[in-house]
Amino acid sequence: MTRLLASNAILVAAAITALGAFLMPFAVRRGRRDWLMLGYAAVYTNFVLVTVATLALVWGLVSHDFSIAYVAQVGSRATPTFYTIISLWGALEGSIVFWAWVLAMYGAAVVWFNRNREGNLVPYAALTLLVVSLFFHVLLIGPANPFGAVFPVPFDGPGPNPLLQNHILMGVHPPLLYLGYVGMTVPFAFAVGAMLSGEVASDDWIRLTRRWTVASWGFLTAAIIAGMWWSYEVLGWGGYWAWDPVENASFIPWLTATAYLHSVMVQERRGMLKLWNLNLMVGTFVLTILGTFLTRSGIISSVHAFTTGTIGYFFLAFIGIVLIAALFMVAGNSDRLASDGKLDVPVSRETAFLLQNLFFTAFMFTVLIGTLFPLVAEAARGVKVSVGEPFFNKMSLPLMVALLFLMGVGPALPWRKAAGPELKGRLLPGIVLGVLMLVAVIVAGGRSVYAMLAFLFAGFALGVNLQEFVRGANARVKAHGESWPMALVRLVAGNRRRYSGYVAHIGVVLVAVGVAASSTFKKEQEATLKPGETVTVAGKTLRFKSAWGRQERQREVIGATMELMDGDRVIGTIEPRMNYYPTSQQPVPTPDVRSGWTGDIYLNLMAFKQDGSNVTVKVIWEPLVPWIWIGGLVLCLGAILGAWPTGDRPATRTAGAPALREGAA
Amino acid sequence: MTSKRTKWGALAAVGVLAVAFAWLIYGGLDSNVVYFLTPKELLAKGTEGYDKPVRLGGQVKPGSVVWDEQKLDLRFAVTDGTGEIAVQSKGAPPQMFKDGQGVVVEGRYGRDGVFKSTSLMVKHSNEYKAPTKGERPSEMYKSLMKSTGT
Repeated sequence: MTRLLASNAILVAAAITALGAFLMPFAVRRGRRDWLMLGYAAVYTNFVLVTVATLALVWGLVSHDFSIAYVAQVGSRATPTFYTIISLWGALEGSIVFWAWVLAMYGAAVVWFNRNREGNLVPYAALTLLVVSLFFHVLLIGPANPFGAVFPVPFDGPGPNPLLQNHILMGVHPPLLYLGYVGMTVPFAFAVGAMLSGEVASDDWIRLTRRWTVASWGFLTAAIIAGMWWSYEVLGWGGYWAWDPVENASFIPWLTATAYLHSVMVQERRGMLKLWNLNLMVGTFVLTILGTFLTRSGIISSVHAFTTGTIGYFFLAFIGIVLIAALFMVAGNSDRLASDGKLDVPVSRETAFLLQNLFFTAFMFTVLIGTLFPLVAEAARGVKVSVGEPFFNKMSLPLMVALLFLMGVGPALPWRKAAGPELKGRLLPGIVLGVLMLVAVIVAGGRSVYAMLAFLFAGFALGVNLQEFVRGANARVKAHGESWPMALVRLVAGNRRRYSGYVAHIGVVLVAVGVAASSTFKKEQEATLKPGETVTVAGKTLRFKSAWGRQERQREVIGATMELMDGDRVIGTIEPRMNYYPTSQQPVPTPDVRSGWTGDIYLNLMAFKQDGSNVTVKVIWEPLVPWIWIGGLVLCLGAILGAWPTGDRPATRTAGAPALREGAA
Repeated sequence: MTSKRTKWGALAAVGVLAVAFAWLIYGGLDSNVVYFLTPKELLAKGTEGYDKPVRLGGQVKPGSVVWDEQKLDLRFAVTDGTGEIAVQSKGAPPQMFKDGQGVVVEGRYGRDGVFKSTSLMVKHSNEYKAPTKGERPSEMYKSLMKSTGT
């Protein structure tokens, strides 16, 4: 029953999106408003139908309806309800359902909010959204159909992949990633709409989608940080980023999206980079599909790759079609994409943005090439290779350091005109903070050049960005006689777009400091201990108390109780575990982390004697790692500030430098 | 300066940057690609095979495992049926590490004929299947659960 409801909902949704997509160009050509409304109705109906299908699948999971193929694949009666619900995205087919649902939701929302706009931009954007939706419906009917019938109906199923039911972050990371990934379809659809309607010369496609883009970027950022956190909390190796292909798949579109968020400001302010911005958005969308191809086609083996099948060819074909169509559309609009302004002054905000875009693009290509190289090498030469972390580190460290520097210089430089004498004052706090951080690193024993530069520029960027808040608030205190906190709030509220960017910058600095510190000063040691024996790492002493076992509903748990010592006093216990799921031969490591402001004590249980007489534990001192997660929260705060919809007037392009927007400068 | 000349100048600058960047990437890839080899393939490389980053894949040779839990020193041999390479690794072996198990060892093959491993992974199927009776891993650890009386 549930199965038929869901699979028919998808079939009808596919038919309706196809009809809507077919109708839309005629509606525009003939100027038929009534047909256009039918096209929009297709967008809304699609959302309703995919919602029905998604809820039906969730109901199938919760009610343990093993007649549905997907439920029989990932469900089990012993799995707690929370993990049963989130196993919606625990395997290929369900994740495509969820994708289609998020896409339908974005489509319906963005069309609803812009339905009354004159011109052909929105109709063509809606057409694009319908076509992308149709692609996912084709996947759901063809190679990723979750609604197949199972007969005879089994009494129980194997349950989700143990790695995916071991931590609560599995309920957070995937939906955030989908919201971010799929959200990039919105600006892409409007970019296509702008090209098809010939409205590329106006910035409307950028303005109408700005909040959607910022929100999607925020979701993607949060997803990447949550993914790092999950990897850190679950995989037990004490790291959070390994340049694994699936991590890269989420990071590559983030790089182009971040470049885009900056370069659109140059277009809005100066009328430059129109062609570039279109390409960045098309590129970002294609990279999200490529990322899905990498993670979902089974071409790369990892926790994210679920199965091998024909679905990879569908993705490749779709990427090819999008690229060719985009190429023709860009070519067809080339005469409308001329710049209104030009780069008049070498040392200005524009130049900082241009360099930022250059470095982000180089970064994107580095990660992309490093990720795809093994596939190309295997296809072309038949050798199995992997590109090691050293490649990514060697290539990306200079870029990261340069970007940190730009993040400090950029906000201090004025638009269009050469930097005046006030520049020194704006940079000074940054220089002071940067030098202080550099000294701190050297005192702490950091000797690598990149570590020193990273801390120097991180301090610099932090100082300059903080200074912008202080300067602006001080000016308000002087001009309006407000209290300082009130001045700060009004300052940010009055120009949320600008200050949301600075908040995000501060978040990036915190992440960078956490990453630099933990990769420079990390200390780790493995030790085999008998009860009562201790191990000391980076001045932290841990004593092994006992090993224990416990039966839980869906798994068996082996753990070790370790006591954190301060002299002879026990000041805390840490309990790393191994979880044994009945369907997996491999135990799932479950490290335990004790966080403090200066860092984490990270414990992983590596091995144990069956009689409990000794255990082998890995102890890692992870300096400043919590600041990565705090930085992630600050980044999200920046995105929320930038995307929050109320009380913001649309930005108008300005030829001269508007005194108001430049604050107190 | 005419705008046309500026345009060509900018294009040339971008071109030079692109070439320099491609060169950097090429150099980076060339020295950091890790080959995935079996013991037979690694041995066939002769002296070429020494001191290069390699992922060695094969089975743990039954009876070859020596684990010193105090020094955290693990020695075993990886075999693919024809070739065989001695491996030395630091740190406790993964739980599923046992004779005959498929493993992937990352590290470098030293001139002393010992492969120094920096990371040791147990190869297991990504698609999980229910273990057969008596193979349930948890049964091996029942003793610990009983001894602590939970």
